[in-house]
Amino acid sequence: MSQGSQQWPLWEVFVRSKNGLAHKHSGSLHAPDAEMALKNARDVYTRRSEGVSIWVIPSEAITASSPDEKDPLFAPSDDKVYRHPTFYDIPDEVGHM
Amino acid sequence: MGETHSLEDRFQAFVEAENKVEPKHWMPDGYRKTLVRQISQHAHSEVVGMLPEANWITRAPSLRAKLILLAKVQDEAGHGLYLYSAAETLGTSRDQMIDDLLSGKAKYSSIFNYPTLTWADMGAVGWLVDGAAIANQVMLCRTSYGPYSRAMVRICKEESFHQRQGYEIMMTLAKGSPEQKAMAQDALNRWWWPSVMMFGPSDDNSPNSTQSMKWRIKRKSNDELRQEYIDKTVAQAEFIGLSIPDPELKWNEETGHYDFGEIDWTEFFQVIAGNGPCNSERLAARQKAHNEGAWVRDAATAYAAKQSARQSNPSKQTHAA
Repeated sequence: MSQGSQQWPLWEVFVRSKNGLAHKHSGSLHAPDAEMALKNARDVYTRRSEGVSIWVIPSEAITASSPDEKDPLFAPSDDKVYRHPTFYDIPDEVGHM
Repeated sequence: MGETHSLEDRFQAFVEAENKVEPKHWMPDGYRKTLVRQISQHAHSEVVGMLPEANWITRAPSLRAKLILLAKVQDEAGHGLYLYSAAETLGTSRDQMIDDLLSGKAKYSSIFNYPTLTWADMGAVGWLVDGAAIANQVMLCRTSYGPYSRAMVRICKEESFHQRQGYEIMMTLAKGSPEQKAMAQDALNRWWWPSVMMFGPSDDNSPNSTQSMKWRIKRKSNDELRQEYIDKTVAQAEFIGLSIPDPELKWNEETGHYDFGEIDWTEFFQVIAGNGPCNSERLAARQKAHNEGAWVRDAATAYAAKQSARQSNPSKQTHAA
């Protein structure tokens, strides 16, 4: 926030679209406090019944992985094909496994 | 109109309509308690379940087998973490659950109190123990508690390779030398009955089941799941030329299911009571791991505290050194 700016803090909005599903990131908005953020999120992100529940989280509370570190972070799982069921040859005769 | 419904009645109608219960919903105390017990036991089982398999990591017969086994044990640790987190949404703390496991107060699946004596046991555990666990977990994907259900969906997706790698080991041994085939048969002989017992006591001897089914925590009874598991597994054993160690096992044309012999429930309850072959060894291994890891946790906490002190008081940073 620049000095003297009255800009409200940024909130990240997560919406549960349907009974039983996890909350998923929808977008963000500015609001002076959590309660207003929730009300605004309702108006901004669920105007067409997109949700049954909303979470708002201060954006600054989120720690994100760095795009520059994408490779060292995720590459180690690329060569571990044996973590996937299709790596194993199981005859059809024994049924689904 | 004018009718009053108790909170319990409304809750019951809510779950019967296939709604998922979420952490902020009202729920009966008994529902919460049952879930905390069941989910934490499930988490403990994943964690203790690493031990019998870790036993063979350094002695796996090939680098391929070793990588697979490592990946599997790593998955079990992850599954334990998903489940502890799901239990925490119900208001219990991670520390409390871990304390209960380490003090011996909490239970975990009895199956992990059996020893893994040969490499063939890695096959039998994956095929039979994970097979039985998957049957239970596929059902639990439809449990009424949202966070538990979502953890189960994730676990089932990852678990599929566990059973397949186990069956592959059994298949390879069964096709090998007579000694290797005998080893596979011996593992099946030792793991069959304990895996059949994994579904818990029979329905007429399982007092909590009825309420759990009513609340939609469980969707199938112990006996139903057990029957499905047996029906599925017999054909898999036959396919690789191994025989199920149950002389009374017989296809029943009328019911369309296998009839099977009497389960030794005395053994089951003895193992639960702490008298299985490895109960004390498993608990001791967990306690040792927890105690010997204490300095790592302490160091991480101290580091975090130091970092946040520096951030809140940067002027002191130069003096700290």
